[in-house]
Amino acid sequence: MQPTNRSSRILLPVRLWFIHFSLLVALGLAYVPTGRFPGVPDWVALVLAFWCIREPRRIGMGAGFVFGVLVDIGQGAAMGQHALAYVVLAYLANGLARRLMWFPALQQALHVLPMLLVSQILMVIVRLIAGAEFPGWWYFLSSFTSVMLWLPLTYLLLLPQYQPVERDDNRPI
Amino acid sequence: MSPAGHQAPPIFNRGPAPLVRLLILVSLCLAMLVADLRFRYLEVLRQGLSVATYPLQMAASTPADFVRNASIYFGTLVQVQLENADLRRKQLGAGDRLLRFEQLEQENAQLRGLLEMSQRVGVRSVAADILYDAPDPFALKVILDRGTQQGVETGLAVVDANGVLGQVTRVYPIQSEVTLLTDRNQAVPIQVLRNGLRGVLFGAGRGRLEVRFVLATADIQPGDKLVTSGLDGVFLPGLPVAEVESVDRESDAFAVIVCKPLAGVERSSQVLVLGRETLPPPPPEPEPGQPVAKSRPRR
Repeated sequence: MQPTNRSSRILLPVRLWFIHFSLLVALGLAYVPTGRFPGVPDWVALVLAFWCIREPRRIGMGAGFVFGVLVDIGQGAAMGQHALAYVVLAYLANGLARRLMWFPALQQALHVLPMLLVSQILMVIVRLIAGAEFPGWWYFLSSFTSVMLWLPLTYLLLLPQYQPVERDDNRPI
Repeated sequence: MSPAGHQAPPIFNRGPAPLVRLLILVSLCLAMLVADLRFRYLEVLRQGLSVATYPLQMAASTPADFVRNASIYFGTLVQVQLENADLRRKQLGAGDRLLRFEQLEQENAQLRGLLEMSQRVGVRSVAADILYDAPDPFALKVILDRGTQQGVETGLAVVDANGVLGQVTRVYPIQSEVTLLTDRNQAVPIQVLRNGLRGVLFGAGRGRLEVRFVLATADIQPGDKLVTSGLDGVFLPGLPVAEVESVDRESDAFAVIVCKPLAGVERSSQVLVLGRETLPPPPPEPEPGQPVAKSRPRR
């Protein structure tokens, strides 16, 4: 596996426990009470989208569902609200995974933004149907702040897979 | 089964197609949403899983606690002195009223005794701090630092120094979630203090309240104070709730009555959770001459 498919750098295989650990850390960050501060990134959605794109064979809609329910419980939201959003997000990310791996991280971020927005719009629709109040357009700021973190997040989450560069003139890669 | 008559080897097995899995999970989510929002079936599941994620939640709320404590610690001396002077002043005023209140309470008990009415039961209350706004941006809710361990139950009324603030809608072991008066799903039965007219007050979002289903001809005017009527058996009767801001009688058969809450609904930080009246008042005896009406069960 390479950082992107165009890169010539070979990464170590990812460890499954690290994927779950990073998702749990994101869940912990989602539990941090930030009140009504607008534009707090949706950490779980971001990390989930990342692994759905990197490892579509291992992380998918099942993980999205489980972590969505856990976010719902922690935030006191309607049960199934985040689960629905994350399942759809995971489906989109899994579906676009093969294509996205050909792009550098910045352009990946541009692809991830509409996915996050779709998941947020789904949540708004579900809650509005249930009779809640529209939270205001600031609500969607969260997707934009999340996407801005795509580049540092890619670096951080791939860090355990990097290996030291050994120059060997007899080896092609 | 392939045309050749044997199954694909397991290395190519990937389970159901993504679209099928998506449809299954989405319908599961929708079923959960309906079960939770419409029928409230999933509270048990929520409580169970919230116990499981409790350590993570505690760890996550540590930075918020730290920020809160730090802001208290660095509050300036002048601020504290001003607050202290203000509290002293209030204490004096309240002390005076409290003296009279005790006397009135005794008098009330005596009068009730004379009239052979049931005694009003004293209620136990729990003082609590508002920790933070609930993270769900779709509802106006706050989190209190008291939970089942301190005797908070769902349905209890929450008040601050000026009036009713909201109602406890969900309890956790050491925290509880309060739906504010102004939330769209919150309703309080009220009475106009001036003339005893009854109605129901609904939240209308962002600091506004509305009395609905009151006839356009009803005697209610801007400046009227609204208090709880206690008809629901949840809120104690006579707690101040809101003040009428404007009355529009033109639009419909019902007047559009906009009110503003008396309590600092989206500002307060210290609140009181009022316990329930433990003994509901017995139903009035039917008069001897009249036929016995079937008593309807009250909610």
